[in-house]
Amino acid sequence: MTDAPVVVLGSGLAGWTSIKEFRKHDSQTPVVLVTASSGDAYPKPALSTAFAQGKTAQQLVNGLAADLAASLNVQCHAHSHAHGFHLAKRELHTDTQVFSYSRLVLALGAEPIRLPLEGDAADRVLSVNQWADYALLRERLQPGAKVLIMGAGLIGCEFANDLAGAGFEVHVVDPATRPLAALLPEAASAPLHQALGALGVVWHLNNRVSSVSHQGPALQAHLHSGETLQVDMVLSAIGLRPDTAWLAQAGLACDRGVRVNTQLQTSDPHVYALGDVAQYASAGDRVLPYVMPIMTAARALGATLAGTPTDVVFPVMPVAVKTPAFALLLALPEPGTVGNWQTSEEHVWRFVAEDGRCRGFVLGGKQTALRTKAMQWLAA
Amino acid sequence: MSNSFNTYVCIVCGFIYDEAAGRPEDKIAAGTRWADVPAEWTCPDCGVAKADFEMVEV
Repeated sequence: MTDAPVVVLGSGLAGWTSIKEFRKHDSQTPVVLVTASSGDAYPKPALSTAFAQGKTAQQLVNGLAADLAASLNVQCHAHSHAHGFHLAKRELHTDTQVFSYSRLVLALGAEPIRLPLEGDAADRVLSVNQWADYALLRERLQPGAKVLIMGAGLIGCEFANDLAGAGFEVHVVDPATRPLAALLPEAASAPLHQALGALGVVWHLNNRVSSVSHQGPALQAHLHSGETLQVDMVLSAIGLRPDTAWLAQAGLACDRGVRVNTQLQTSDPHVYALGDVAQYASAGDRVLPYVMPIMTAARALGATLAGTPTDVVFPVMPVAVKTPAFALLLALPEPGTVGNWQTSEEHVWRFVAEDGRCRGFVLGGKQTALRTKAMQWLAA
Repeated sequence: MSNSFNTYVCIVCGFIYDEAAGRPEDKIAAGTRWADVPAEWTCPDCGVAKADFEMVEV
């Protein structure tokens, strides 16, 4: 065995959970954590739900890097920016150091997609995908502020609910004609549309932002429809994409994310990946930017790194849309499945495939309590 | 019905809280009812709030 440590790159849920799982099997092998952030742990799903609960950024931290590093016997290098690695030499290069590794774990997450916008305040558009972004959001949003959210997808709707619930005036702009258009059957979007509207969210659907300019201390957003909105903040929530360019340059096979086999191994046998950066063979070559897949993947990875090669087998992992005004739980059919959405009771939709089997479901409002039963429909 | 315990699942990560087992690591004794779990307790796996748990129907 080599003496080089296991190096984990990234201190989000994927990074810390991988280390915790590895330490359940192996308390001795040195582990080094390299992260561009402070390394403090926090629950990312809370970023889009914590405002209405009145939580400050500091209150979201549920583990200080120093404490976690001590209890898990990890050497933590915070505020370290990795810029490349040398696969053949098994080296990771940061702006200040070179780390040798026996195995490298890429837990890098993904970056918010930025739309090119016109206007002299385009750079004021904020995306909230990390703890520090949330801190900035809390700092900039003063009571009574008006917020424009670009994107009516999962994160956009969660922010709309959270910020409207916290008393802000919220506008949501999306090119689709309904919220969560990419995920939900049309009939399931309607109650969410209505519930958020009742909370005060102003919808600007079938529309898009073309420019954001300064207007005194405020911002002025021009929409394609010709409308102008004066707001205090513009949030962009139109999706995530892993930054794979530098990984591909280092020689790793990448597509929408870093490609990993069923044991989370990349095209280099000493480099592993999980979380938002990974494109999983175990998930039909898809990226799965949610928490539940991270937990499943980290468990398998912990065992694999400790010497017991373990395949990742993803169970049915329903996705919760945390919009308390009309909460949703959804398990979507595999892409390409032929069939149609059917409903027999209020706020319950099943995707019935050609062979008559249930291949997906959407539960809304109080019906989210049917979770266990709905999982059984998929198994039947 | 003091002996019929329920289980609750974290809707975000799938962690299960079983009333019968409690969560001794967090000083929540075996047999602690969900209602008696402190509101500030968070999911041990992913860290989301107690409010993000749902009862699992049997």
